[in-house]
Amino acid sequence: MAEFRMPSLGADMESGTVLEWLVGPGDQVRRGDVVAVVDTDKAAIDVECFDSGVIERLLVQPGEKVSVGTPLALIAATGADAGPAPPETAARPRETPPPAPHPAALSPLVRRRAAEAGLDIATLTGTGPGGVVTAADVDHALHPAVPVAAPLVPSVTPGPPEPVVAAAPGARIHVSPYARRLAAERGVDPTVLRGSGPDGVVHARDVPAVPAPVVTNGAGPAPVAATALRRATAALMARSKREIPHYYLALDIDLGPALDWLRAHNRAIPVAARVLPAAVLLRAVVLAAQAVPELNGHWIDDRFVPGRGVQLGVAVSLRGGGLVVPVIRDAGTLGLDDLMARVREGGERARTGRLRSSEAGGATITVTNLGELGVDAVDGVIHPPQVALVGFGAVRPRPWAAGDAVLVRPVVTATLSADHRATDGALGARLLREIDRRLRRPEEL
Amino acid sequence: MTAPRHDLTPLEARTLVLDVLRTVSPGPALDALGPHDDLRDALGLDSLDFLAVVTRVSERTGRRIDEDDYDGLADLDGWVGLLTTSDPAL
Amino acid sequence: MSTTTYREAFRAGLREALAVDDRVFLMGEDVGRYGGCFAVSQGLLEEFGEQRIRDTPLSESAFVGAGIGAALGGMRPIVEIMTVNFSLLALDQILNNAATLLHMSGGQLGVPVVIRIPTGPGRQLAAQHSHTLEGWYAHIPGLRVVAPATLADARGMLATALIDPDPVLIFEQIALYGASGELADDAGPVDLDHAVVRRPGSDVTLVAYGGSLAPALAAAEELAVDGVSAEVVDLRTLRPLDTETVLESVRRTHRLVVVDNGWRSGSLSAEIAARVAEHALYELDAPVERVCAVEVPIPYPRHLEEAALPGPADVMAAARRAVG
Repeated sequence: MAEFRMPSLGADMESGTVLEWLVGPGDQVRRGDVVAVVDTDKAAIDVECFDSGVIERLLVQPGEKVSVGTPLALIAATGADAGPAPPETAARPRETPPPAPHPAALSPLVRRRAAEAGLDIATLTGTGPGGVVTAADVDHALHPAVPVAAPLVPSVTPGPPEPVVAAAPGARIHVSPYARRLAAERGVDPTVLRGSGPDGVVHARDVPAVPAPVVTNGAGPAPVAATALRRATAALMARSKREIPHYYLALDIDLGPALDWLRAHNRAIPVAARVLPAAVLLRAVVLAAQAVPELNGHWIDDRFVPGRGVQLGVAVSLRGGGLVVPVIRDAGTLGLDDLMARVREGGERARTGRLRSSEAGGATITVTNLGELGVDAVDGVIHPPQVALVGFGAVRPRPWAAGDAVLVRPVVTATLSADHRATDGALGARLLREIDRRLRRPEEL
Repeated sequence: MTAPRHDLTPLEARTLVLDVLRTVSPGPALDALGPHDDLRDALGLDSLDFLAVVTRVSERTGRRIDEDDYDGLADLDGWVGLLTTSDPAL
Repeated sequence: MSTTTYREAFRAGLREALAVDDRVFLMGEDVGRYGGCFAVSQGLLEEFGEQRIRDTPLSESAFVGAGIGAALGGMRPIVEIMTVNFSLLALDQILNNAATLLHMSGGQLGVPVVIRIPTGPGRQLAAQHSHTLEGWYAHIPGLRVVAPATLADARGMLATALIDPDPVLIFEQIALYGASGELADDAGPVDLDHAVVRRPGSDVTLVAYGGSLAPALAAAEELAVDGVSAEVVDLRTLRPLDTETVLESVRRTHRLVVVDNGWRSGSLSAEIAARVAEHALYELDAPVERVCAVEVPIPYPRHLEEAALPGPADVMAAARRAVG
């Protein structure tokens, strides 16, 4: 039995709302099938599943907002690889885990004892002031003095003391007292949260904000969705400017050779496959990121973690306002035409608010192209934990010195915003020069 | 896609282009669109949107629209002009 | 506003106290002819005469005991002990008499003595003159213990202490005597009941007092450059502790760093941490951090003395750990 969990669709995603199930119990699914639509506050995303089998049960109803990592559905393996039947008790205690009215404050001792014993505190009845679960309540649940009075223990099997719930979890999850309190107030189980502290300690910032009222999944972003997107963008950008010491470089590039080559290329292919200059710029960035891998990756825990392949984020502005960044996976393996196809598809899905989970999050470098908006250059804000953002302005005819002559050439200003913790200006300059070099030899793109 | 064998009338051309634009950018701005309004400005089209329009109009008319034609396609009138002129490729 | 030093601010407080109340007199080792070991009482002998500025023999127990007796007899004595290390010689008088007589007399005998004690490291005075023992005195019921860390408090705490019907110990930072700054011309008595937020912030609370306030403020300044907003609380009064101001701050920031020039074990920093754990555990988003003196006798060489004490870099590191 596999659990299909709420995926993380971006470094900044803490929770998601299931908008819609595209499968139901009994449906056969294969790895990669789109099974649900999830709202991340930034976009509605078609979520693919990672296992093949038959949907056994849906654990989360449409409209519910749950933390990343929360099981959404159970997928039973089919046929021979069904594996051993799970012990009967395993499934019993957790129907749909009710957002139990957590007492506001549980003592660390109670938490520890319950965790050590593998008890789910939500199933205990508190006898302390205000219904708080006390250490005695935990003891009582573990070793009921009078068997009749122990409603938690399955009625069968007198025998030796039996684990009341599932096996004890491997490692105790450390949750700060304040985070525990917030989680209790917000009805979140803090033990399913992913901690951002050292050794995965869950801090207050890891507890998702108060669940927003559920958004419709109809056409067009509702006003609520728009503010959620704004908030998500605000949080990410503020974090970036708070944490990342940016440095900025710029380079004017003569796009004449690239555009001439592109015109000829486009004449030879079907209209539907036509390649935009923007895709040519993206291709040059991908090649440059491969040549300067120090700018392709993430800054995590005070060190640079190089990206595996180029996961290219492409900033797309939405018609109703706002910004989403679909990710083109393994962009380094795509030729120019394929890259263009992915830009076309990703852009359309981003616009219709239906990104796929494989297109959300995990970018190792991002490109923002503001040329369409008629501006000459952009000093962009890096998307943490990435370390670089490449920007392009409008391609315009500009005077261009060539030897002793001044010519009019189509020129674009390429900019780089980079994280000074990860790299210095010399490497950043190499990336921009590499983009320039690639664009001068378009036939090699 | 079946290509129409005859040249389009201005009304047909206008209807066809508006239909295609509706698939890309529906809404009040489209309903209010005048013949000389700049499409990119009025409808907020970017190059990706514009390419989608070009592709779909090409498919529905069977007429290959080249990048060299783009300069004349800034407004609705330009599109009607192009589509009501005989296709040099036919 | 005018520019003054921590030393001059204390002297102004003394001069005013001597001028307004005939019952007030100052006594201690070298406070008269020599002008005070740290020159705080310089010029006062000439101004107020031998009756009111009294040099004493080198016997802390005797002259602190005499001060207690004078207070019992209706005077308002100000006793200076040269450094906190030497105050231990008078500990019997302070603990067994000053702090207990009100209790033992069934409320009949108050002891309104004020004892000024220069304290703290930072001037290369070596292990017998450089310790920070305020926390020990803050352990004793019956005393009020204050730690002026600013010019206004240096100027204004004495007047309020003299009004207090119980013994008050004022711990003056040796390292700050020469520090100068702006002081309001109308500076006067200040309250001795409340801690004060010296710098507001939202990410982490730095609790400090006396000699640890300056490194805490310096660290907060540096942290701000990195985008960490640190709130600095100056305890001011070490007994009775104003716990509520600390708790209020922790409720805002959810993180606590206590900076203490005293040794860690059994220290005032431990008391602060314990009270926050008692009353605000569910406000804490990270373990409490303490930045204290290294547990050695304070060394003589400058570099070792500095290494033994909480500096801004230590405070910043602790704050960063807390903020995560």
